[in-house]
Amino acid sequence: MRTDRGIIVDSLGVGIATGTYGVSFGAISTASGLSVLQTCIISLLVFTGASQFAFVGIIASAGNPLTGALTAVLLGSRNLFYGVSLAPKLELDAPGRLASAHFVIDESTAMGVTRTSRRQARLGFYWTGISIFVLWNLMTFVGALAGEAIGDPRTYGLDAAVGAAFLGLLWPRLASWQGRVVAMTGAAVALGLVPFTSAGLPIILGGGTAVLLGLLWKPREPREPA
Amino acid sequence: MTTLWVGIAVMALGCFALKYAGLSVPESVLRHPLTLRAVELIPAGLLGALIAVQAFGAGSSIHVDARLLALGVAAVLLALRVPFLPVVVVAAVVAALVRQL
Repeated sequence: MRTDRGIIVDSLGVGIATGTYGVSFGAISTASGLSVLQTCIISLLVFTGASQFAFVGIIASAGNPLTGALTAVLLGSRNLFYGVSLAPKLELDAPGRLASAHFVIDESTAMGVTRTSRRQARLGFYWTGISIFVLWNLMTFVGALAGEAIGDPRTYGLDAAVGAAFLGLLWPRLASWQGRVVAMTGAAVALGLVPFTSAGLPIILGGGTAVLLGLLWKPREPREPA
Repeated sequence: MTTLWVGIAVMALGCFALKYAGLSVPESVLRHPLTLRAVELIPAGLLGALIAVQAFGAGSSIHVDARLLALGVAAVLLALRVPFLPVVVVAAVVAALVRQL
């Protein structure tokens, strides 16, 4: 079993590695036309990377902000299940849940749920979640200023950086053949719809179709959520 | 500009609600096998669609340009287990350089 100190060190390591990505979000966001204030508010109040990138990506392609918000919330649905696996480990009362919910993200969940005691689960969860939160927001601000100075996202290839960021987020899910098929289906349907629908919709419709087909196709024994 | 703020507010509220509900809802409610599988598939489907539109989309038409090459380079780097941030930076640099040619 890890010592408390060991868990804190591990958590800070994950926090620093992850929080730094905030710079790419900030730069992409302001280069896509959002203001520095909007960019920073998104990192402060949304605080879940994939959703933030998705929203900004849809705004950049001139999509409707509500379509962007819907896509972001759908992507955030995994946090619901992270909460479910964290709840019995953290054992929080109602005010505790309200204060802690914001820090439920991929990394804090991973660093929290694996612990055997409540004390260590909380150590891993809070040290990871809060260190990422602090650094993510600082780096968002730095990136936002840089992105604003750059102006046109095409200048330094920031438009290509968005695709690479999405691919980085998708990568772990391509390990299973099911993930690969669903991702490819989503991509194909979305591209097919680009000429016929307003910006942003191809993503929701493509992703939605892929998930529906994935569900209908081959029912298997469910696994525990990560 | 106002719609953008509304979108941000909706996204922030929706994302927080999901996180809070997860910590609060009894586990049994969300244990339906179909729900569990849907949640596993949603990120793959949406990210696949996002990547495709980001790489090829230009308004309501489809373009092949430096973005596709950058995406290919990113895939190679990810396969080599390069961390997230360097992958994103290299992809941007590749696209910028190709456009200079």
